[in-house]
Amino acid sequence: MLTRVLPRFGSRRSIHVFERNLLVYRRQWLMMVSGFFEPLFYLLSISIGLNKLIGTIHVGGHPMSYAAFVAPGMLATSMMNGAVIDTIFNVFFRLKIAHSYDAILATPLDVSDVALGEIWWALSRAALYAASFIVCMVLLGDVGSAWVVLCWPAALLTGLAFSGVGLAGCTYIRSWQDFEFATLVELPLFLFSATFFPISLYPRWLGAIVSLSPLYQSATLMRGLALGQLSLLMGLRALYLTAVGLAGLRLAARRFRRILVP
Amino acid sequence: MSVEDLVVEARGLVKRFGAFEAVHGIDVEVRRGESFGFLGPNGAGKTSTMRMISAVSTPSQGTLRILGLDPATHGPTIRARLGVVPQEDTLELELSVRVNLEIYGRYFDLPWSEVKERTRELLEFVQLSERANSKVDDLSGGMKRRLTIARALINRPELLILDEPTTGLDPQARHLLWDRLYRLKREGVTLIITTHYMDEAEQLCDRLVVMDQGSIVAQGAPSELIEQHSTREVVELRFAQDEHEPLRASLEGFASRVEVLPDRILLYVNDGDEVVGQLGRAGVNPASTLVRRSSLEDVFLRLTGRTLVE
Amino acid sequence: MSDVTAHPSAGWARWQRSWWYHAVLYARTWRGSVISTAVFPLLFLAAMGVGVGHLVSQHAGRVQGLSYLDFIAPGLLATTAMQIGEGESTWSVLGAVKWQRTYHAAISTPLEPEDVLLGKLSWVGTRALATGVIYTVIIGLFGALHSWWALSLPLVATLIALAFAAPLVAWTCTLENEGALITFYRFAIVPMFLFSATFYPVSAYPGYLRPLVQLAPLYHGVALARAGADGHGSLGALSAHVAVLGVMAVAGLLWGRHTLRRRLVN
Repeated sequence: MLTRVLPRFGSRRSIHVFERNLLVYRRQWLMMVSGFFEPLFYLLSISIGLNKLIGTIHVGGHPMSYAAFVAPGMLATSMMNGAVIDTIFNVFFRLKIAHSYDAILATPLDVSDVALGEIWWALSRAALYAASFIVCMVLLGDVGSAWVVLCWPAALLTGLAFSGVGLAGCTYIRSWQDFEFATLVELPLFLFSATFFPISLYPRWLGAIVSLSPLYQSATLMRGLALGQLSLLMGLRALYLTAVGLAGLRLAARRFRRILVP
Repeated sequence: MSVEDLVVEARGLVKRFGAFEAVHGIDVEVRRGESFGFLGPNGAGKTSTMRMISAVSTPSQGTLRILGLDPATHGPTIRARLGVVPQEDTLELELSVRVNLEIYGRYFDLPWSEVKERTRELLEFVQLSERANSKVDDLSGGMKRRLTIARALINRPELLILDEPTTGLDPQARHLLWDRLYRLKREGVTLIITTHYMDEAEQLCDRLVVMDQGSIVAQGAPSELIEQHSTREVVELRFAQDEHEPLRASLEGFASRVEVLPDRILLYVNDGDEVVGQLGRAGVNPASTLVRRSSLEDVFLRLTGRTLVE
Repeated sequence: MSDVTAHPSAGWARWQRSWWYHAVLYARTWRGSVISTAVFPLLFLAAMGVGVGHLVSQHAGRVQGLSYLDFIAPGLLATTAMQIGEGESTWSVLGAVKWQRTYHAAISTPLEPEDVLLGKLSWVGTRALATGVIYTVIIGLFGALHSWWALSLPLVATLIALAFAAPLVAWTCTLENEGALITFYRFAIVPMFLFSATFYPVSAYPGYLRPLVQLAPLYHGVALARAGADGHGSLGALSAHVAVLGVMAVAGLLWGRHTLRRRLVN
């Protein structure tokens, strides 16, 4: 499906890169499982405490509990973190430390197969995390509509967007110390993408800047779905995330080629 | 010779990295079933050439045919028929020996049943069956190297490319590796090897080229090269004094070539024992004398110079 | 005679070399670290203190008599101190005893394992103290300090960092691989960060859960920091908080002497 959207980007063989990751992580399943708990802990903490301190808030004229407001933002954040760990950290390790890809490229696999395989992997993991997170949202009562099922593809789209950006960003990282910069980008996105308080609290010009954040677009999209407050703007938000992801992938494919087959 | 008999055919092959030219237009032909060597000091352009021949790096200029195909258009098809042993092992350290081979086999689209079968055979072949379930991280350097070779063989390649296969190994491990390479050659696998060990090249290669600073400076069978670029024997003389240069004039008449090194003087001659006798009669009294056969190392140092190239 | 002159160097004079080693190691990467040390509290206080604080003020108003910003700012200092203590004493220690084996190199000099341990912990304390000063200034700029007792906040940060670092160094020395560290981070550090009454008062929990929260070492650190910023607190409660953290640090140190020696010498 993805291969049709991106003509001549990777082949069926990319699935073997996915297989490789599966074999590698089979030994580290606890790490994979535990990664899911972090956003859940955030969600629980907020539902227990901040929900009582803040109560009901109004976003775009709709009343909602604070927990219901925050939950989609946590889901979006979890997708971003997962994609960043999968693409930036793990791929950097394989690309520049372990040189795993050099071995793969001596086989019939191509650079684009490698990049695509990593994205399959990141998306599958995201699909798993997103599904269990959405179930938790429903169980905690942070959901107001059956449209919440669409949060699942929306979460995957978020994963794709950040995987694309992460994969491209990863190629610019020179050493472990540079990860500090990744954190410096991630943290403001996490804190200010209208994840903890509505965008209406910002002055208008600042709000305009915030709305460029893919995390803001994703959180808002999924909030609308979870609460059943549908609007045409959602299509635009989804489109924006797709565009960010594809731009990242294009850049990543070019940079990968330059690094791996100079 | 028919085209099918040429496994690698390169004409005017050039590789540039930005303004730096690593390979300056070399011509190479490797025939099916032979074992072919690339010799040269570090930085001679061997690895760049190997990467082009492995169809992972595109030539900047010139024509290249591997197994009769153009790597620019048939990269995956060519790589499906090659085995590559890179300079760095690039194994999955966290995984077991067995799984390393299985994963790699899957990259070639081999079905799982065949991958399992092949893995068992290859572990036997490189004598790692007993370590099949060990983590690669726990293996010795020689074992890792053998595993890398087994990995390169998973797809039954027609051409096996080895970049410095024995660098850093102890003598036992080297000899075991050589033995496995002989067997592969007997089975008809074409071998391309880079090395800077001259004994290795003499042992393993039917034909070889010597590369220096991106160009081929000599080619032929090891014995031909020794014949062309060196004498039959070499006399090594050591003297008690530190200054060797003043001795050069007195020795020049005894050999076709005299080479003065910091620690000894080399005389290139046809009959070493006879020259040693002549020296004694002429009153030259070295602290020690050694007569040995001329080796590829003499050819190599003659062609690429004694200065350390980094 | 020579024994007498050699003896004084057995104390600080010897383990300060290990302190220097850790300081030099940190100096290589200080730039990125200093940026995040200064930027992180700014961003966090702006988002949680001001942004979420605005929402809280509209509904609950004040939290335990404090504005929400005043309530969480000291908690931020305490959690950061915990993260310094944790971060400096897990991965880097495992690296030093397993991968790079730099601690093995250190004890092939006149240094004893105890010197390496004291050097490490004194370095953690130094970093926490310096970070505590920066954070206290930033919290002050946000107007969240209300007492001269706030001058004690850097010391509180140091105590919290050591309370975490000492036992964690000791524990890390017993590990064979990093798997346990990841699990520990996700199942101990993250929940502690979220549930130690940092973001809301302990009264938000049902009664039967409160004693559990009070078992968390970070809870005591947060309470201590909050009292320092605010200037209010009962002597009994404060001594209890200090005692919990102090006991952790000392017990960790004693345990670590044992585990590090066993790791390095055997």
